[in-house]
Amino acid sequence: MSGTFVGMPAFPKAAHEAVGNTTLRANLRHATHTIRDKRAKAVAELDDWALLREAGKQIKDHTLRHLDTYLVQLEEAVTAAGGVVHWAADADEANRIVTRLVKETGESEVVKVKSMATQEIGLNEALEAAGIAAYETDLAELIVQLGHDRPSHILVPAIHRNRGEIRDIFTKEMGAWGRPAPEGLTDTPAELAEAARLHLREKFLRAKVGISGANFMVAATGTLVVVESEGNGRMCLTLPETLISVVGIEKIVPTWRDLEVFLQTLPRSSTAERMNPYTSMWTGTSDSDGPQTFHLVLIDNGRTDTLADEVGRQALRCIRCSACLNVCPVYERAGGHAYGSVYPGPIGAILSPQLRGTASEIDASLPYASSLCGACYEVCPVAIDIPEVLVHLRERVVQGGEVTRRGAKVTLKPAKGHAGERAAMRAARWAFTHPAALATGQRLAARTRRFHPRMLPGPGRAWSATRDLPQVPAESFRDWWQRTHGSKESGK
Amino acid sequence: MSSRDIILARIRRALGAPAGAPTAYDTDIDRDYLHEHGDRTTSQTVELLAENLADYRANVHRCSDGELAATVARLLAEHGSRSVVVPGGLHEEWLAQTALATVADDAESTPAALDQVDSVVTACAVAIAETGTIVLDGSPDQGRRRITLIPDHHICVVRVPDQVVSSVPQALERLDPTRPLTWISGPSATSDIELDRVEGVHGPRTLEVILLSE
Repeated sequence: MSGTFVGMPAFPKAAHEAVGNTTLRANLRHATHTIRDKRAKAVAELDDWALLREAGKQIKDHTLRHLDTYLVQLEEAVTAAGGVVHWAADADEANRIVTRLVKETGESEVVKVKSMATQEIGLNEALEAAGIAAYETDLAELIVQLGHDRPSHILVPAIHRNRGEIRDIFTKEMGAWGRPAPEGLTDTPAELAEAARLHLREKFLRAKVGISGANFMVAATGTLVVVESEGNGRMCLTLPETLISVVGIEKIVPTWRDLEVFLQTLPRSSTAERMNPYTSMWTGTSDSDGPQTFHLVLIDNGRTDTLADEVGRQALRCIRCSACLNVCPVYERAGGHAYGSVYPGPIGAILSPQLRGTASEIDASLPYASSLCGACYEVCPVAIDIPEVLVHLRERVVQGGEVTRRGAKVTLKPAKGHAGERAAMRAARWAFTHPAALATGQRLAARTRRFHPRMLPGPGRAWSATRDLPQVPAESFRDWWQRTHGSKESGK
Repeated sequence: MSSRDIILARIRRALGAPAGAPTAYDTDIDRDYLHEHGDRTTSQTVELLAENLADYRANVHRCSDGELAATVARLLAEHGSRSVVVPGGLHEEWLAQTALATVADDAESTPAALDQVDSVVTACAVAIAETGTIVLDGSPDQGRRRITLIPDHHICVVRVPDQVVSSVPQALERLDPTRPLTWISGPSATSDIELDRVEGVHGPRTLEVILLSE
């Protein structure tokens, strides 16, 4: 995924540092609590929510089961409507395709609609290396870009910034990119939004190339859908001469009618609105309305590997609403950066290690970035059982096993960091199959209980640093049973 | 092998199924969810549309056929507009009472030229009561997508009750996916600063919806 996150420390260390940042914690607490209450109200307005959720899950599962069929159908429909379809097996290939397409237009700058897929592949960095300036136009992405920062939330990437910080970034950085921030800019959200409007408008009006993702692609009709609020999406999708949309292969739905489910569940789950202010839908190109050239770049980048995992593939149902982030007690305290991935929070903890594999320290730590409280599953509008996948991935990290990487089956070795856990499990297995030794050990532990330390020494310290050690009872269950029921059982 | 073939082969291997396995789409999906929420009369549906439009900061106006030209002229004047862009297929009489300079929706005009225009007046394809949404489909009375995007003031005329549906499913049934579609729910807004909703970013900052009774 994005090069921005190379060298991130694993989650426990990054989270530990983030938790100490009181501004960050206050910003996140305010934002996530605001949105989670609103979301609950928006969802409560629809008394068939559970049925919509189930239908969304079924549509996505059905699509994934026939993904090849629907992708081919989509390709035909987009081509028939005047678009050009490209396929990219990984991030590098997607970046090469997009860079080539931009160069073919002769332009050296592009305007971008906020897109997780282009974040994931590190497109901005690839374009920059090729001498192409990519301007983020979503307000939050603009804040992140101007702040030389990384996104920390799927929907509101600058959620970790408060209004005062945003004012400072605008005042300091806007001038270097184009129209400077107005004199005497205050930190009221309305003024900040106005400053972004003025700064970006000159870019929108001259842009010849727009780059977007898509929330949905309809296989039967070749229609793409982008859901947004500010109008920056509409600007990028309709004003340029060339539009390049980079979309993950899992964003497909079979038919036009399927949108009736997701256009009800997505806005209410994400921004807690009945409907987001703007939705654009386009099918190929239209005569004299919008871009005259349309390219669709379909990216795999680990999605087919995820599809190969029967438990983990449900992560591909995700419609990127970010409801799971807003309810997660771990995300609320650690913030999005600690996850070291463009997909933070509970969904990131299952998506990133599947898209990227669990070879790196950060990816191996992500399945543990959760308390397994289950709130993420409760709010998920496509019913992804995130805790189930987390536990599944933990097992894979600890035990290793067969997985698919880049389309090929490989056998993962157990992760090094879990040697202690495996040794403990082996010891337990031995003890439980040797009753005499177990009884002796238990008696010994009971008699020495006053001398037990409160922290484990050595590698066990990491475990006991965040937990109370269980107390050893004065008498083991076996001894108690022997003492109180001993005579009846003595015949055995 | 092309990347297309590689990706399709990976999918088939991942699924362990042969290419083009039958798609039991119709039987696979339980569509027991509601086709509309609540039981409303036609006039109650129109009321709900007005309520939800206003809730998202659109200005809602009502008038009859005979009052429309005057209403449009008044809204343009109140906004202080000097020019208005008009799609080619809009009823001429809708603008009969305004003396403003009208700009045609011309494929050749540049976005920068459109940026000099203050207002736009359009019809719509359908309006959704439950969500407070108007949908434009690029028909001659709605024009190109950009004319309802760049000017800061959008006046949209909805024929009630003909063009009003209750729900998202009902709206999709009425729309043609091959047309360029824009769904609009209130004026441009952002929730990017501390997740507080602020109206007015890049799209029109003022949305006026006229509910036209026939």
